[in-house]
Amino acid sequence: MTTLKRINGFWLSMVLALVFFGAVHLLISGGVLNSFYINTLFFMAINIILAVSLHLIIGITGQFSIGHAGFLAVGAYASAIMTMKLQIPFSLALLVGGVTAAVAGLLIGIPSLRLKGDYLAIATLGFGEIVRIILLNVDYVGGASGMTVTHLTSWPWVFACLLITIIVIANFTNSTHGRACISIREDEIAADSMGINTTYYKVAAFVIGSFFAGIAGGLYAHHFYIIQPTNFGFLKSFDILIFVVLGGLGSMSGAVIAAILLTIVSTFLQDYPETRMIIYSLVLILVMIYRPKGLLGTRELTSFFRLRRAVEGGKQNDNKHTVA
Amino acid sequence: MELIQQLVNGISLGSIYALIALGYTMVYGIVRLINFAHGDVFMIGAFVGFYAITGLHLGFFSALLLAMAVCSLLGVLIERIAYKPLRNATKIAALITAIGVSLLIEYGVIYIRGAQPEAYPGTILPDKKIELFGVTISSQSILILCTSIVLMILLQLIVHKTKIGKAMRAVSHDAEAARLMGINVDHTISATFAIGSALAGAAGVIFGIYYIKIEPLMGIIPGLKAFVAAVFGGIGIIPGAMVGGLALGVIEALVSGLGYSLWRDGVAFIVLILILIFRPSGLFGKNVREKV
Repeated sequence: MTTLKRINGFWLSMVLALVFFGAVHLLISGGVLNSFYINTLFFMAINIILAVSLHLIIGITGQFSIGHAGFLAVGAYASAIMTMKLQIPFSLALLVGGVTAAVAGLLIGIPSLRLKGDYLAIATLGFGEIVRIILLNVDYVGGASGMTVTHLTSWPWVFACLLITIIVIANFTNSTHGRACISIREDEIAADSMGINTTYYKVAAFVIGSFFAGIAGGLYAHHFYIIQPTNFGFLKSFDILIFVVLGGLGSMSGAVIAAILLTIVSTFLQDYPETRMIIYSLVLILVMIYRPKGLLGTRELTSFFRLRRAVEGGKQNDNKHTVA
Repeated sequence: MELIQQLVNGISLGSIYALIALGYTMVYGIVRLINFAHGDVFMIGAFVGFYAITGLHLGFFSALLLAMAVCSLLGVLIERIAYKPLRNATKIAALITAIGVSLLIEYGVIYIRGAQPEAYPGTILPDKKIELFGVTISSQSILILCTSIVLMILLQLIVHKTKIGKAMRAVSHDAEAARLMGINVDHTISATFAIGSALAGAAGVIFGIYYIKIEPLMGIIPGLKAFVAAVFGGIGIIPGAMVGGLALGVIEALVSGLGYSLWRDGVAFIVLILILIFRPSGLFGKNVREKV
């Protein structure tokens, strides 16, 4: 009975998603939405992909990574090289961007996931900086002036990538592997002693997360006409981090909501970058002091309707916030 | 000769890293928190020094002292407002707050005074070139090195000869036991932040005099590199931070000397990742086994 309900819930959300897709598609092709709204919408979708991919690493597996912009950069540059230098079609280029980022995630993940907590944070931060410096110094990709990229990102592409990301990560969370990742988040030593191969699952979460960050990078590159190493600095990683933290460490819908809200806020504050950063940082500090669980904690939006309890990112624990 | 010249430059740069790294390592030793805002305290120190010299027409040493005083106040404030409520929170919460504080200081400064850089006046210290065996050493870099060494010796004296230093060592060893022995842990943590931030402020003034240009975002990269230095030496260990800072400065200078100056910033992080993989406890650290 519950399985049936769950399957029904899945198809219901699929239908809703397709209706939403169709409606927006009509609005865009009918010229109702002007380019400002379309831009914001695309940017929002890319941000959601990034937030959800980082959510898998931080929220589900509890590995604190603050170099996510590094994977975004790898994906963006890899896919841009594919389309601009090698004339490979966009679909393949997106995939190559994702795979390259996943390989980067594997390379950085295997050594550094032996580290814990803040050491891991610093190592991933260092990785993000190294990526930026490498891109800055390689003339093939334009060095500091960056690469010009043709605009290929369209609404069907953005939406398809977004949908696939959310489905894959939600299903991963609900699978055996996802449960293993949650157990690592809750207590790594206990998980280890229960026979879970913690290194394997940490690396797996890292690789999947970086794959989708790479896909987001491909979309990002082919949306903004130009990519430069400065776009992928520490502040970009921080932008992604705040989606996850604000939404609730361990809640995918929280990350999605935070990504949507903050994209809108930052669009309005585009002309005042300092004010935006001051607000962001104040929000971050206040959330951590007064509500360290974030907006939704580890709960999902659906769990409020009591329809699909199975999507919860792990059982919630009221008196203890156990992430990492 | 070129090599020795680079070594001399590296030691000057390294002493700045060492001063910042000391604050990182002390704070980490006592509250197990990477104080991301430390690099920004360093930036504030540079700006206080700049305004003291150009606005108040103070000399080098009085500007240095003023910057140290302002920074130690700032450090205590940061600790009291942002970190103290989180003392029992998870590591991630504390780390995120630290990142938040760091960005708040950076963009607060940009909001108040704009993002434009400033230049330290070049006349604040006598600038004579001394030729020694074919190596040019400016009198400035000697003075800078001397100042850093004096500050480090002072720190050693404070930590090992005074009551508050003893309390710091006790708290960093075991905060609970220290509290039971009647040590005021909160005061000790505040004092640690004050001393660490004062050193960062001094480093800021020294950096300004040595490198002339200062700007609101100047603290990020030196701050991260100083953290690398602290990890290099073994985080929580004071002599480790000094050695780590100097070593990192020399490595960077050698890399620039070999003609890869654009890769300089990357080297520090490669060093970091290598250390974390092969010797996570650092040069002077001991391996601590985790108990359940």
